[in-house]
Amino acid sequence: MSLKRKDLLSLASLSVDEIMLVLETADSFKEVTGREIKKVPALRGKTVVNLFFEPSTRTRTSFELAAKRLSADVINFSPSSSSVVKGETLLDTARNIEAMQADIIVLRHSSAGAAETLAHGVKSSVINAGDGWHEHPTQALLDLYTIRQRGMNFNGLRVAIVGDVSHSRVARSNIYALIKLGAEVRLVGPPTMMPSRVEKLGPKVYYNMDEGLRDVHVIMMLRLQLERQGRAQFPTIREYSRLYGLTAERMRLADAGAIVMHPGPINRGVEIAPDVADSLSSVILDQVANGVAVRMGILYLMSGANS
Amino acid sequence: MSILIKGGRVIDPGKFDGIADVLIENGQIVALGSNLSAPVGGRTIHATGKLVVPGFVDVHVHFREPGFEYKETIQSGSAAAVAGGFTTVCCMPNTNPVNDNQAVTEFILERSRLAGLANVLPIGAITKGSEGKELAEIGDLRRSGCVAISDDGKPVMNSLVMRRAMEYAVAFDLTVVDHCEDLHLAEGGCMNEGLISTELGLPGIPSAAEDVMVARNLSLSELTGARLHLAHISTAGSVRMVREAKARGIRVTAEACPHHFTLTEELVRGYNTHAKMNPPLRTWADVQAIKEGLRDDTIDVIATDHAPHATQEKQQDFTEAPFGIVGLETALPLTLGLVEEGVLSLEQAIQKLTSAPAAAFGLKKGTLTVGADADVVLIDPQELWEVDPSKFRSKSRNTPFVGWKVKGRVTTTIVGGKIVFEDGPVEQ
Repeated sequence: MSLKRKDLLSLASLSVDEIMLVLETADSFKEVTGREIKKVPALRGKTVVNLFFEPSTRTRTSFELAAKRLSADVINFSPSSSSVVKGETLLDTARNIEAMQADIIVLRHSSAGAAETLAHGVKSSVINAGDGWHEHPTQALLDLYTIRQRGMNFNGLRVAIVGDVSHSRVARSNIYALIKLGAEVRLVGPPTMMPSRVEKLGPKVYYNMDEGLRDVHVIMMLRLQLERQGRAQFPTIREYSRLYGLTAERMRLADAGAIVMHPGPINRGVEIAPDVADSLSSVILDQVANGVAVRMGILYLMSGANS
Repeated sequence: MSILIKGGRVIDPGKFDGIADVLIENGQIVALGSNLSAPVGGRTIHATGKLVVPGFVDVHVHFREPGFEYKETIQSGSAAAVAGGFTTVCCMPNTNPVNDNQAVTEFILERSRLAGLANVLPIGAITKGSEGKELAEIGDLRRSGCVAISDDGKPVMNSLVMRRAMEYAVAFDLTVVDHCEDLHLAEGGCMNEGLISTELGLPGIPSAAEDVMVARNLSLSELTGARLHLAHISTAGSVRMVREAKARGIRVTAEACPHHFTLTEELVRGYNTHAKMNPPLRTWADVQAIKEGLRDDTIDVIATDHAPHATQEKQQDFTEAPFGIVGLETALPLTLGLVEEGVLSLEQAIQKLTSAPAAAFGLKKGTLTVGADADVVLIDPQELWEVDPSKFRSKSRNTPFVGWKVKGRVTTTIVGGKIVFEDGPVEQ
């Protein structure tokens, strides 16, 4: 089995069957990551280039580990913004990399659409590892994997996504996927953090966190970008935390078996109280662990599509 | 040299519409009538089946010279203009250096004279360096040849400065042109704010960013009595406010661009940088409002906002790519599209390209009356053609209309009695 597509750019464009295929493929690699020798030869002789225009430790490391465990050759290429000559296009950079016979390019870029633009311009497979505020499909896939791992069924699942949705690619990817899979998606945050007409995509918007959390099965917290205080998105961290911070008390409003997720890195004591982050409900570290298996699955499926 | 244009359908908006001959001598229209005889030693152009109209006037172009000659020069921009039927163009001051002084104005006029194609008339800056702080020497700009003032893409945000500019401009009867955009509200946006910007994860520019500045400018025009021209309005709200302001007698004119009455924000999908302009492409409802505004003459003028950018600039990712598209060589068929659709009468369409823009800036252009400058355009209204940017006279190719099959083409352009553009075989 393989994905019948050259690139993985968004979850908006992935079908339910394709999403389920990724999750099932990840299952078999999850088993590999638990072995003593965590390596299979599936991508031997293939070259994976991590092209990261934005600093990212965890996503890049996760992709690097995933590719290495599949025996691919991995190159990390992180042009700092200062070294990218003004006027040089993303496509030029990528074509140079392609000329070195890269099979798969994993792209992180601060501009929405960068992955799509790149995919049209190169023959290599392109995996979007986050483009601006647009999408972060592999993060959402590992979130889905983590939910499924807990034995939860997507159909009828109540999921609250809390925080700055307007600037969140993780939120967008999760909204697209969860709605497709039949979940009820609630977005929780102040109106200043909700993108225009987002309810047209299917979720319900809650400005009151207590109402938004009632009986939910999954709580996805988004990282508060602290520098946005000066841009009139919220008055103070103190007030944000009081209105939209996840506390043990608020956890009681959710379903008894609710899990807490966070794409990291977390601001302890801001969007999430330390006792919640460290509680049994928290699956934050499971997400990180699953990230490697899910990305192994994705790399495997993409390389199959390419051969 | 004299030229006789024989047997075309002559449309001089508001003045004449019928089959007639036009006689040009010494750079002027000298006669309009039937069975005019060919001048000795002159040239006769047979125009049967063609439209014979005043040369178009575009009050909004960017010719990039001085400073950005790799995008466009006054020479290449003028060539694009006359190929599209524009005999007079007014170029925005956002060059490098900014046209905020007599030297730059004179340079532009000199380059235009050397190009010898279209009449290129400079628009001076409102403030020094278009920085929105201190007024430019507006009297000097007027005296040296500027026909209007604007800070265009760097709109004057300080309302007191704008008030003073409008008051001051009254002394010179200069039209004040504003690109209506509240830069705080627009805050880094690169497309219309709405469901599509949400889906694409692109920062949006709300309609309100335009509307609040339209409202401000209308108030200031009412306060000062200045002649106000609103550049490229794109929202239903702007149309509504301008309609109301005109009904109350405020001295305002407004323009719309072909892309804003032809395309919607849907075109941005796929992160198409040729769909990136400012103001951004809006919704279907906005497009309908713009068309209605054109129909009822709330919107007086069709202007192109011809904004050339080099290929490599438009090849950047969407958020980095510059705003704007070229428009001079596609404006005519897109405008005729409104006639085909029944939005405008043919005369109205011609008027919005000729006499209306001339009136907005107080230019003695845009007419075929006897004694007028012989700026004349012949159009084959039936010719079908495909937009092929590689054939543009402009230096730049940034158009969203590539591959479009369109109808109506300029066949001859005459500026000051001189033929400056001819397409296809010409009968002698």
